[in-house]
Amino acid sequence: MMTLNLEIWRQKNSQDSGRFATYQLSGITPDMSFLEMLDLLNEQLIKKGEAPVEFDSDCREGICGSCGLVINGQAHGKEMATTTCELYMRHFQDGDTIVIEPWRAKAFPVLRDLCVDRTAFDRIIAAGGYTSAKSGPHPDGNAILISKPVADSAMESATCIGCGACVAACPNASASLFTAAKISQLAVLPQGQVERGRRVFRMVRQMDAEGFGNCTNIGECRAACPKEISIDNIATMKREYAAALLRGDES
Amino acid sequence: MNLDAKIPSGPLEEKWSKHKGDIKLVNPTNKRKHTVLVVGTGLAGASAAASLAELGYKVQVFCIQDSPRRAHSIAAQGGINAAKNYPNDGDSVYRLFYDTVKGGDFRSREANVYRLAQMSPNIIDQCVAQGVPFAREYSGELANRSFGGTQVSRTFYARGQTGQQLLLGAYQALMRQVDAGKVQVFDRREMLDLVLVDGKARGIICRNLTTGAIERYAGDSVLLATGGYGRVFFLSTNAFNSNATAIWRAHKKGAAFANPCFTQIHPTCIPVSGDHQSKLTLMSESLRNDGRVWVPKDPVDRKKDPSTIPDDKRDYFLERKYPSFGNLVPRDVASRNAKEACDKGLGVGASGLAVYLDFKDAITRDGHKVISDKYGNLFDMYEKITDESPWKVPMRIFPAVHYTMGGLWVDYNLMSNIPGLHVLGEANFSDHGANRLGASALMQGLCDGYFVIPYTLGHYIASTTLSKVDTQHPAFAEAEAGVRASIDRLVATGKKGQKTALEIYRELGHVMWEHVGMARNEKGLKSAVDMIRKLREEFKENLRIPADTDGINKNLEVAGRVEDFLQLGELMAKDALIREESCGGHFREEYQTPEGEALRNDDKFCHVAAWEWKGENQEEVRHVEPLAFENIHLAQRSYK
Ligand SMILES: Cc1cc2nc3c(=O)[nH]c(=O)nc-3n(C[C@H](O)[C@H](O)[C@H](O)COP(=O)(O)OP(=O)(O)OC[C@H]3O[C@@H](n4cnc5c(N)ncnc54)[C@H](O)[C@@H]3O)c2cc1C
Ligand code: FES
Repeated sequence: MMTLNLEIWRQKNSQDSGRFATYQLSGITPDMSFLEMLDLLNEQLIKKGEAPVEFDSDCREGICGSCGLVINGQAHGKEMATTTCELYMRHFQDGDTIVIEPWRAKAFPVLRDLCVDRTAFDRIIAAGGYTSAKSGPHPDGNAILISKPVADSAMESATCIGCGACVAACPNASASLFTAAKISQLAVLPQGQVERGRRVFRMVRQMDAEGFGNCTNIGECRAACPKEISIDNIATMKREYAAALLRGDES
Repeated sequence: MNLDAKIPSGPLEEKWSKHKGDIKLVNPTNKRKHTVLVVGTGLAGASAAASLAELGYKVQVFCIQDSPRRAHSIAAQGGINAAKNYPNDGDSVYRLFYDTVKGGDFRSREANVYRLAQMSPNIIDQCVAQGVPFAREYSGELANRSFGGTQVSRTFYARGQTGQQLLLGAYQALMRQVDAGKVQVFDRREMLDLVLVDGKARGIICRNLTTGAIERYAGDSVLLATGGYGRVFFLSTNAFNSNATAIWRAHKKGAAFANPCFTQIHPTCIPVSGDHQSKLTLMSESLRNDGRVWVPKDPVDRKKDPSTIPDDKRDYFLERKYPSFGNLVPRDVASRNAKEACDKGLGVGASGLAVYLDFKDAITRDGHKVISDKYGNLFDMYEKITDESPWKVPMRIFPAVHYTMGGLWVDYNLMSNIPGLHVLGEANFSDHGANRLGASALMQGLCDGYFVIPYTLGHYIASTTLSKVDTQHPAFAEAEAGVRASIDRLVATGKKGQKTALEIYRELGHVMWEHVGMARNEKGLKSAVDMIRKLREEFKENLRIPADTDGINKNLEVAGRVEDFLQLGELMAKDALIREESCGGHFREEYQTPEGEALRNDDKFCHVAAWEWKGENQEEVRHVEPLAFENIHLAQRSYK
């Protein structure tokens, strides 16, 4: 059993300026997940009549992208390829102090405590992150062959869970890794060719309009990404953008 | 209660095309005048909303998460079935239909299942067109693998993240319609009541989970695609926020609840590690393609390092008992056998509640690269949670609640008994009978959304007189007042009580798992009803929740869901009590064959049980929709 000191960001709503609060929590076992540790804290706060710490989570197995905390200054904590919900308390020591904050970025306003508004990501996808295939009959799935390396590369990019850790980790709060992953997935697949130029123009423009910063190739995004999305995607996005300009694609 | 399934006449193969020819259409300019409310953005909801918007309807969608992309469907791992017969191994629409009806232990509707099998190839084509990166062979063709309960390879997959990729495809189609101005997304919203006007579903009441505001939305039809209710067991593989609230509140407004006791217990989940645990993690069924399930033959070997136990001291019990399906028997069979092994004292791990799933032979046979390509992410996930590597030691697995076959009753058009209330995906009861085959939920959700509802919703709208209704209608004020009163009640008790919503939730889960879980009997079910009633009393008097109603308050949300589960749990126990037979996932210990297999009673129970709400503290009334098997001969299931 461990006892930990927790310094947690508390903020009532997006207007509130927020502050850290300190809690001491004991009874933590190594096979508890980080979120289960917070559940335990909340149970105690509720019983004391205090407001529990609000945080987002759903799947609690690293796939939905709901959870996301900055733990001791690192998005999703220091374990590689791990979301907050997949982080286990066995990685901490009795007596540790853990600082817990929300994602911090202009485009992700804090709603309460550790919950932030990430709908900017939805708007980036709405701007072009799709193929315009309608529901209905389509050619047989095997009508267009896709080589295994191409399919695998599309899949590598497509595994992004949209958690926002890349933005939180980036000193510029850039959403490039997120945006580029979708652009790359569709750029390599035959199905994505038709709208290739329009897609990159529109998604990049939306990304800028949301108030995300520019990419200056620092690479913190890749280090924080729980799905290890490659930074090469960003190079692809830049190439796609330049190629679309050269081709004079319609924006 | 009218339970007419409205199955079209004619031969099975022609029913759907004939029906599509017969149903009424709404002309394109009129579609614009109709608003459809879609609650839920999983595979079923997102695909329905996108398809309806493409057709021209005005669509409003609602979800609990902060983005439609995070619906629980995102977590599906293993794959999606389709009768493409690409491997040329004897698959066909008929065989998928047959496997599904048999796998469901003859408790589903033939016509619905046949339509699902017929549409399955189109689903794959649809997803490929969207750019879903399915796994491919070196030839460039789509790859397949096998799932339980079948002898063909018909499962399409995207590594261990099939649900994620299919959902992102549907979500992207949805967002395209948002961009086109046809869909409005209301995220962080929870539907808390259904609004009926003249007996028709015309709106919903939601709580805005960010601001706490109670909001009204009106439309011409309501689609519930709110997923399953496995979280009534507290511990399950379902996401933390999965719940029954939307369907339960619709049930209270008159929608029949069908086969509530049909629950699927998945055989391969990571075992429970302690009381702190908030959910269980599935290890995909696809692992049973290559993993071998075993326990030591001798209880003294239980705690030994598994690598030191020689082959002749191991019992590969599924391979031994079911030689033709081996490790790929259906889920209910695999789960019961794992439980039986543990009940005999052969279970492994600290708790003795686990069996091994061993990849050693597959790694030796196929090599690290092949196995890593297929299951790498699942192995990583397992290691993160348990701190053990499946590359080195066998996985330890145990059954856990995973899926609910029961749900709101719907007819062939996916409409409940309330006109205008359509129910899609896991939230309805329709296609899987008493046990769902692996990789068939994704198929059903997308079939409902992409290919069925676009037709049947049009038919409803074209053939119904819909008066003009907006949120100022008194029915909305009344429903809103009800919602406010129930929240106020929770908050008032919540200030004084001692037990948190999670504590009561856990206790309910414990009762459900012990008595309404994998094996059920009369005594246990009766005691479950009593215990749940007591918990309900306790909830009313001793709940403690944070009082804040005008901002994010997740414990208040949980409390509302637990309140509904406390009623649904009782109904599940009663449904299980009355169904005096064993079928699929519903295993009554009193009804089994001498070999311990499920023993159906077709004379008495070859039907759907549909329950009607009669009011608070009133007994629900059980209605029956008989099932007719005209194309498949009713037989005892055998996977030997
Ligand atoms: C871990 C796991 C793995 C699985 N793997 C597979 C697989 O490999 N193959 C397969 O076929 N099936 C699989 N399944 C089953 C399958 O994933 C689900 O049955 C299916 O995704 C359900 O989809 P749905 O659209 O019906 O609902 P869900 O995806 O559960 O979506 C429900 C939606 O409703 C919303 N909602 C719920 N209540 C409310 C409310 N009151 N108000 C507003 N919104 C609400 C939620 O926010 C969400 O958007 C798996 C299930 C689990 C748990
Ligand atoms: S809660 Fe889903 S990724 Fe963490």
